[in-house]
Amino acid sequence: MRWFWVDRFTEFVSGSHAAGIKNVCLDAEVVDEYCPGYPMLPPTLIIEGMAQLGGIMVAEAFEFDKRVVLAKVGKAKFLRPALNGDTLQYHVQLDALQDNGGTVTCTSHCDGELQAEIELMFAFLEDGTIVEGPLYDPDDLKAMLQIMKFFVVAIDKDGNRFPKYAKLESED
Amino acid sequence: MALTEEDIFAKVNEALQDALGVDEDEVTEEATLVGDLGAESIDFLDIVFKLEKAFDINIPREELSPEDILTNSQYVQDGTVTAEGLAELERRMPWANLDNFKADPKVQNFGNLLTVGDLCRYVATKVNA
Repeated sequence: MRWFWVDRFTEFVSGSHAAGIKNVCLDAEVVDEYCPGYPMLPPTLIIEGMAQLGGIMVAEAFEFDKRVVLAKVGKAKFLRPALNGDTLQYHVQLDALQDNGGTVTCTSHCDGELQAEIELMFAFLEDGTIVEGPLYDPDDLKAMLQIMKFFVVAIDKDGNRFPKYAKLESED
Repeated sequence: MALTEEDIFAKVNEALQDALGVDEDEVTEEATLVGDLGAESIDFLDIVFKLEKAFDINIPREELSPEDILTNSQYVQDGTVTAEGLAELERRMPWANLDNFKADPKVQNFGNLLTVGDLCRYVATKVNA
């Protein structure tokens, strides 16, 4: 299983907000098996999808030079289950940034209705904490962003389309 | 318009309820953030973000957490903050009640120093500056 809980970015404006979609598919074991007889995307994985969007939002603000981890789930309110066949529209708003972390407010809509509201806080690992070096191989991170169509929709802090980031370029 | 002590306490109380999951009546002026309200290190970042949003202020990291003093050999000897270090802490944190810490100024005790009242007085210095 690949740990991708957003299918595609649909919008990304550096330092402001991001949007993406998540399709709930019955062929995913986790959808079929989480609640036997009642397929649904587990709410925790909706949080994870938001965290992936939000984490990239926060990391991009520092040009992917910080080691960003999900530190805290503030509020998480689910108003309806995400069933097989649903398409969830995620929206992440960047609320605050500091040199040691950031916060985002997220919503998920399905068929035009609010499905979930989530607040997340991210922190930056200091050098030498847990592991040395970046948390992700830059090539893997870049490939993931490409698969999720990040570069197709992203607008960087200078207003440029199709942004490039030195930290995502291979050194060899 | 300057905020009253009651205004500030009410907003700080709300921020702490959100950040720490505590009840309104647990948040008293005397309650310590770590010992009484169960704040962990990561919660302090959350509290800072919530206070910044609630009061529209900027809280530099070193103002609430003077790590540069507590890790400076000029101010700390054998894990204990020296008289010079205490004076520096008082200068940097005039809003904090350091009396309990002064009685046993081990660096490890600093984490449990801040009270809700300290936090309110700190916010007052920012919003009513």
